[in-house]
Amino acid sequence: MLDLQRTLNQVKSDADWVSLRHVTEKTTHRRVRDEKIDGNSVYFDQGVMVEVLVNGHFGFAGTSDLTESGIKRALGKAIAMAKSGSSQKVHNFTTAQRPQAKGIYSSPVIRPIDSLSAKEITDIFVDATKAMKVSDKIISRSAGTMIVETSFHVVNSSGSEVQQNFSIVSTDFSATSGGPGETQTRSDNGGLARCFQVGAEVFNRADILARSKRIAEESLELLSADNCPDEAMDLLLAPDQMTLQVHESIGHPLEYDRILGDERNYAGWSFVKPEDFGNLQYGSKLMNVTFDPTIADAMASYAFDDSGLKATKEFLIKDGVLVRGLGGLESQARLNLPGVANFRSSSWNRAPIDRMANINLEPGTTKFQDMIASIERGVFMMANKSWSIDDYRNKFQFGCEYAKLIENGKITKTLKNPNYRGTTVKFWNGLKAVSENRETYGSPFCGKGEPNQVIRVGHTTPYCLFSNVEVFGA
Amino acid sequence: MNFTEITKKSFNTVADYILGNLQAGEEANVNLHAEESVFIRFNGSKVRQNTTVEQRTLSLLLQKDGKTASFSFSITGDETEDKKRADQWLAEARKECALLPEDPYQVPLKNNGVSDSTFKGALLAEEAVVAAITAPAAGVDLAGLYCAGPLISANKNSKGQSHWFATENFFMDYSLYLGEKAVKSVYAGTHWNQKEFEANLAQSKNQLSLMDRPKKTLAPGAYRTYLAPGAVAEMASMFSWGALSFSAYKQGNSALQKLADKEKSLSSLFSVRENFGMGLTHRFNGLGELAPETLNVIHQGQLQSFMTSTRSAKEYSVEANGADGGEYPRAMEILPGSLKEQDILKELGTGLYLSNLHYLNWSDRMNARITGMTRYACFWVENGEIVAPIADLRFDESLYDCLGENLLAVTDFQAVDPMVSTYESRAFGGKKVPGMLIKDFKFTL
Repeated sequence: MLDLQRTLNQVKSDADWVSLRHVTEKTTHRRVRDEKIDGNSVYFDQGVMVEVLVNGHFGFAGTSDLTESGIKRALGKAIAMAKSGSSQKVHNFTTAQRPQAKGIYSSPVIRPIDSLSAKEITDIFVDATKAMKVSDKIISRSAGTMIVETSFHVVNSSGSEVQQNFSIVSTDFSATSGGPGETQTRSDNGGLARCFQVGAEVFNRADILARSKRIAEESLELLSADNCPDEAMDLLLAPDQMTLQVHESIGHPLEYDRILGDERNYAGWSFVKPEDFGNLQYGSKLMNVTFDPTIADAMASYAFDDSGLKATKEFLIKDGVLVRGLGGLESQARLNLPGVANFRSSSWNRAPIDRMANINLEPGTTKFQDMIASIERGVFMMANKSWSIDDYRNKFQFGCEYAKLIENGKITKTLKNPNYRGTTVKFWNGLKAVSENRETYGSPFCGKGEPNQVIRVGHTTPYCLFSNVEVFGA
Repeated sequence: MNFTEITKKSFNTVADYILGNLQAGEEANVNLHAEESVFIRFNGSKVRQNTTVEQRTLSLLLQKDGKTASFSFSITGDETEDKKRADQWLAEARKECALLPEDPYQVPLKNNGVSDSTFKGALLAEEAVVAAITAPAAGVDLAGLYCAGPLISANKNSKGQSHWFATENFFMDYSLYLGEKAVKSVYAGTHWNQKEFEANLAQSKNQLSLMDRPKKTLAPGAYRTYLAPGAVAEMASMFSWGALSFSAYKQGNSALQKLADKEKSLSSLFSVRENFGMGLTHRFNGLGELAPETLNVIHQGQLQSFMTSTRSAKEYSVEANGADGGEYPRAMEILPGSLKEQDILKELGTGLYLSNLHYLNWSDRMNARITGMTRYACFWVENGEIVAPIADLRFDESLYDCLGENLLAVTDFQAVDPMVSTYESRAFGGKKVPGMLIKDFKFTL
C-alpha cells in the first residue's frame, strides 16, 4: 500500500510547490448477447501524477512505477518539464491556483458492488436478452455493464489531503430488429446514458427485465413506423435526449479553456466571448442552468476538483441570461472571471483541464400532460443516437432513436429516424415550456483535451418544449 | 538501459513468469502496451501544459474449461513487484473463470509465430522542444500538441507465440489562426528534422495568408466539392464506426449493409484496402495473429471483405482475416486515381475546396448517411480560382451518393494521416488517402 504522505515527505525538492495524486481504478466490463457470454474483462490501473510549480509554471509527470525511486524520477521530470515550459508559459501561476483542501468524499452506495458476483450479473443479463426475444424479427439482443471503482488520493506541500472514492455503474441494454432493407435499434435511454454513482442496487432484476422487454417491443414497433416528417414544428425532448442537448450546446461552449483557445486544435473553441457573461440572452426566460456536483447519484458529483477547489452548486444561466462559465482556478485567473470547481483530470496520467461535470437544467412548472396538450403539431423525441456540432458549438444536428407525432394536443403515432438541427442561441430562445419533473442521465465518455482524456459527466433535466425547430427523417 | 530495453526485459520476465505458472488445462495470452511520452500543449504559440507519462499495461487472457477471463493491470518495470502483481491477477482470473459460464465463441490459442522489431528514432531532447517549436512560430497564433517518445506493443502466449514491436516516434499536431480562421497541419515521423518542421510550418503560414479575405457565407444546397486528403481522412474514419465490422453487419449495425447485400453500390473509382506495407503499425493483433500484408476491403466500389476477427469467424462459420476484436481497419489505404494536383482547381471549376471536416457521425446509418462540419482552410472557388474562405457549413450526405455516382475523380497522390489519438495511451497507426472531387455534395445548415 502506497503511503502517499510519507512519500511526499521523502521526495521534497526545490520546487515551489509539489503535489502527488495517486489514482487506482478498477473497470469491469460484462456483456451478454443473445443469451450468450460476449465478453468479460477487468482493467486495473494505478499510478501517481507528480505536479510541481516552478517559475510560475506547473509541470506534470505521471508514472505507473510506484516505487520511491520511480516517484523520485517522476519528480525530476516534472521539475524539468516546468522549467522548460516556463520560458514560454501562457500565464504566471501561483499557489493561489492550488488552495489548501482537506476532506473525504464517497459515492452514496446502498449495496456494495462486490456483493454481486460475476455469475449473478451474467445471469440477470442472460435473462434480460431472453426477455427481449419478443419476435423473430429481433436480430440482436444485448445487455452490458461497465462498473468503475476508482479512488483519487491527493496530498501536496501546502498541507492538502483529499480522498475521493467513486462507485460508478453504467448499464446498456439494446435490441435490434430487422426488416426488408432496414434495421432499428432501441436502447435503454441511449447507449450507456444510464450511468450513475451507485452500487449493486442498480442491478434490480425485475426492473431490468421489464425495461428489456419494452425496448425490444419498441424496436419492433419502429420497423413499421412512418418516417419522421421533414418540416419546422414544435419539438418536445425527453430528458434522455435533453442530456445530450445540454451537454453539447451548453456544457462545452461554456468551458473557459475552449473560450481561451486551449482546445482550438482539437475539440474547438466557443461562440461565447468573455464579454458575454452577464449579458448574453442565451435562451428564453424559462432557462435556468446550474453546475451542480451535489446531486446524490449523478455521474460527476464530487467534493473537490483536482486543484483542491471545493465544489459547490452555481448558476450558469439565470432566467435565460448567461451569468457564469465553467472554468477552474487557472482559467479564472487567465480570464479574470468567476468560475466553478471543474478542473479535472481523467486519471493519474493526465493533467487537469476545465470539464463540465454535472450540468443541469432546473425544473419548470408545467405538467408533462399539459405540454402535450399545448402542441398543435409537433414531435416528441427520445434517446439520443447521433450527435454532431461545430467547433464553435453553434450549428448542431442530433438524431434520436424513437419519436411520437403530436397532433392537436394528442400523441397520435410512432415515428422512426427522427432528427433535428438548429443553432444554439436561437434554439434555446425557442424554449417555451419546462416540465416540473426531472430525470438524471449522463455519459462515461466525454472526450476532450490534448493529450486526450475521457471523463464522466452527468445531466439532470426536465422535459423541454421548443418552438419552430427543423425536424426531419431518413 | 533505456525505457524500451527495461520494458522488454520486464515484459519477457513477467510474461514468461505467468505462462510458466499456468496449471493443467489453462492457456493464456499476454499483451503489453507501454509508452514513455512527452506531451507539450501549446496555445497562442506559448506553453499551456506539459506532461511526461511513463506507463506499462499488461493484459492477461486466461482460458480454462471453455471459459475466458480477461484482466489488465499496470506493471512497474521492477521484476519483484511485477511478479507479485502477476500472481494476484492470475489468481483473480482463475476465480473469474470458475464463476463464469462457458464462452461459446472462445478462440483456441495458437502459435502464430515470432517477430521482433525495434525502430530507433531521433527525437528532440525534452528540454529543446519548446524552443524548436515556438521560435519558428513567432508572429503566428499556434495551438496544438507535441507528443514524442518510445511506444511499445508486445504479445506472448502459452503456445510459444511471441511478438515485439517498439518504435520511437513523434507528432506535432497543430493549427494556425487568423482570428477565427485557421489552417491545420501535422508533422510526424521517427526522426525530427528541424528544417522539415519549419518547411511544414511555412507552408501552413502560406495557406493562412489565403484566409486573409472576408468570409463568404453560402446558402445550404448541393455544391461541386473537392475534399482534400485531410477531409477524406475524416470521412474515412467513419469506416471504423462499425461500417466494416463483420459482426456489426451480422447484428444489423453496419452502415454498409446495403453495399454488402448489393442493394446499393459505390463508384468504381473508390477502392479501400488494408495495407500493412505502409509501416504505420504492426501486423499482429491482440491474439498475436498476423494480418495479411494487404487485404482488399472495397475494390472498385464492390465490397470484398469485412474486417473479420477469429471470434466472429467462429460464431458465424466464416474465415477470419487477421482483424482485431474491434473489427476496424488498422492500416487503411484509399487507393489513388488519376486527378493531378495541378488540375484540382480547374476540374473543380466553381464550388467548394474543403481541407478538413469535423465531428462526423452517422445521421442515418442504414443509408450510410453522415453529418458533420467543414473546418479549417475551406474555400469558395470560382472558375478554377480561390475566391474566399467560407463561413462553416454543416453537411448531411450519404456515402452511396458522394462515393457513388457523384464521385467524379480521385487524385493521383495520397497523403498519410498519422494516428494522433492519445486517449489513455498513445495509439499506433494511421491512414493513407487521396483527395476526391464530388458533385452535388449536400450542405444543410
